[in-house]
Amino acid sequence: MTTTDTPRPVKADSVRALSKRRPRGGGGGGLRRAVPATTLLWILACLYGLPVLWFVLSSFKPAGDLFSLPLTVLPHDPTLSGYKAAWDSANFSQYFINTTIVCVITTILTVGASCCTGYALAKYDNKWLKVFFIGILATTMLPSEVMLAPEFLVVRDLGLYNSFSGIILPAVLTATGCFMFRQFFLTVPDELVEAARIDGARELSIFLRIMVPISRPIMLTLAILSFQWRWNDYIWPLLMLNDPDKFTVQIGIQSLVGAQNINWSVLLGGSVISMIPLILVFLVFQRYVMSADINAGLKD
Amino acid sequence: MTKRASDVSVSPPRRRSKYTIAPLVLIAANVVLFSLFFVWPAVIGLVYSFTNYTGVGAFQFVGLDNYQNLFGDSVFYDALARTLLYTVLVVPLNFVLSLLIANLVVSKQAKGASVARVVFFIPWLISPIVVGVLWRWLFGENFGLINYVIEKLGGNAIPWQSNADLSLGVVVMAGAWWGTAFSMLLFIAAIKNVPVSYYEAASLDGAGPWRQFISITLPSIAPTSFIVILLNTINAMKEYPLFLALNNGGPGTSNNLLVQYIYQTGFKTGQIGYASAASFVLMLILMAVAIIQLIVNRRMENR
Repeated sequence: MTTTDTPRPVKADSVRALSKRRPRGGGGGGLRRAVPATTLLWILACLYGLPVLWFVLSSFKPAGDLFSLPLTVLPHDPTLSGYKAAWDSANFSQYFINTTIVCVITTILTVGASCCTGYALAKYDNKWLKVFFIGILATTMLPSEVMLAPEFLVVRDLGLYNSFSGIILPAVLTATGCFMFRQFFLTVPDELVEAARIDGARELSIFLRIMVPISRPIMLTLAILSFQWRWNDYIWPLLMLNDPDKFTVQIGIQSLVGAQNINWSVLLGGSVISMIPLILVFLVFQRYVMSADINAGLKD
Repeated sequence: MTKRASDVSVSPPRRRSKYTIAPLVLIAANVVLFSLFFVWPAVIGLVYSFTNYTGVGAFQFVGLDNYQNLFGDSVFYDALARTLLYTVLVVPLNFVLSLLIANLVVSKQAKGASVARVVFFIPWLISPIVVGVLWRWLFGENFGLINYVIEKLGGNAIPWQSNADLSLGVVVMAGAWWGTAFSMLLFIAAIKNVPVSYYEAASLDGAGPWRQFISITLPSIAPTSFIVILLNTINAMKEYPLFLALNNGGPGTSNNLLVQYIYQTGFKTGQIGYASAASFVLMLILMAVAIIQLIVNRRMENR
């Protein structure tokens, strides 16, 4: 394409280099290439963005306007009544507190445990570690959704049924987290560890005082991922909890869908409310997620 | 400290095996969790799959009865077939979309890529339950935006909810839409790691963008493609909340998937033994999928 797009094929590479350095400028060739790519990108972006936009806009419509034809994109007279109804009807404030507790505790434990395990896997050579590494790999093949019944029985027999610990503890070990930290610590030179050893540092203090601080970017990335997984979890909390006062947000939303006649006004409001915390977390930490050089083996 | 490191001329073995206590302390927490919530359930699940256990009280070993019944159970077959169909549809769609979008986002030519990237990312923040609600709202037969637009354009309303195949189609679209962001992130990282000099050399040789994509980008990101396909396959095979919120496995029970089947036999009707057997069939399929993909990946790398 480069050769056909530019008038002088001989200098194709220099033109390309120029247009790369100054994407906005460049000759006619640069512009002609920019148009199809940009158009396609934004058509796709619209396709991805419109469902959410329509959903959120609809949530501001009064219940009576939701189905009135012709459908209008913008609400005629925007109202928060759907939000208010959802918040009041489904005990959402309690669900929010519950979900926040579960997410924050799980995330802290996940980051801590993954950091320790990832470091051990990267910096120590021991056959038990290799066996355990294969074990962690196996958890990606046999996810907890597949073992719902036996895992439920185990957690029940441990006396964790209908408690937050029953949701939190099984979620702490993640292959993704261990992989991310392992990959990161593999890139840290072994000489750094050796030097600290020569200085007389003990193994665990090398880990705590040198390795933990330098792994902060990975910690943040995993924290965001973990928070997202747990906030959006549905099936495990549903199985674990039978006390409505302990329900999480997702169970609350699904209980609104479950009814025979869906009250869309309440459902739309509740759904948008449930999205807000993650959107906020994402906006604050966006650059970490976006630039994350996430490595192989990711799963929740 | 780094200075000291360079002073150590006697290069020690890269990793030493003389440390055993420190690594054990470091992995202790995860070892306990792994044993409690992975090994133990896996073992008792396997044992229960040969029993008629209901979750309480005594139980008897029934040999392979559960497995035999499972293969004679048309509901299980339907759930299995529907799960495989969903996987076969959603994984390639997700792959193509996320690879295309990742290329566009990274491309120097496309304007506004950083803003568009945020748009593509937002679906991933939405929980599967809410994604289901959202697409149900969009594809409602009598009230949805899509049918409204189709009718405005002169078409007939499409039975998105009452036709089983169309209903599955909506979930496939929702699943691909939701999963794009994550695969896109992996692809972006991989594409950025391809050396620019490859492309420069190729364009000197007169290769166009499509040729460059086929001959340079695709082979260079093959490991990432493998991971994306593997993870998406595993996730698709165990999808449930999306179906639950979008069409509740409907119309009727036509879109009941495997995890839903396991959930219903295990928790609604208390047939823990039977549900465990179904779980192990699902596990065997997942392992087979992973092994096949691993072999294909090896072959491609060795070629």
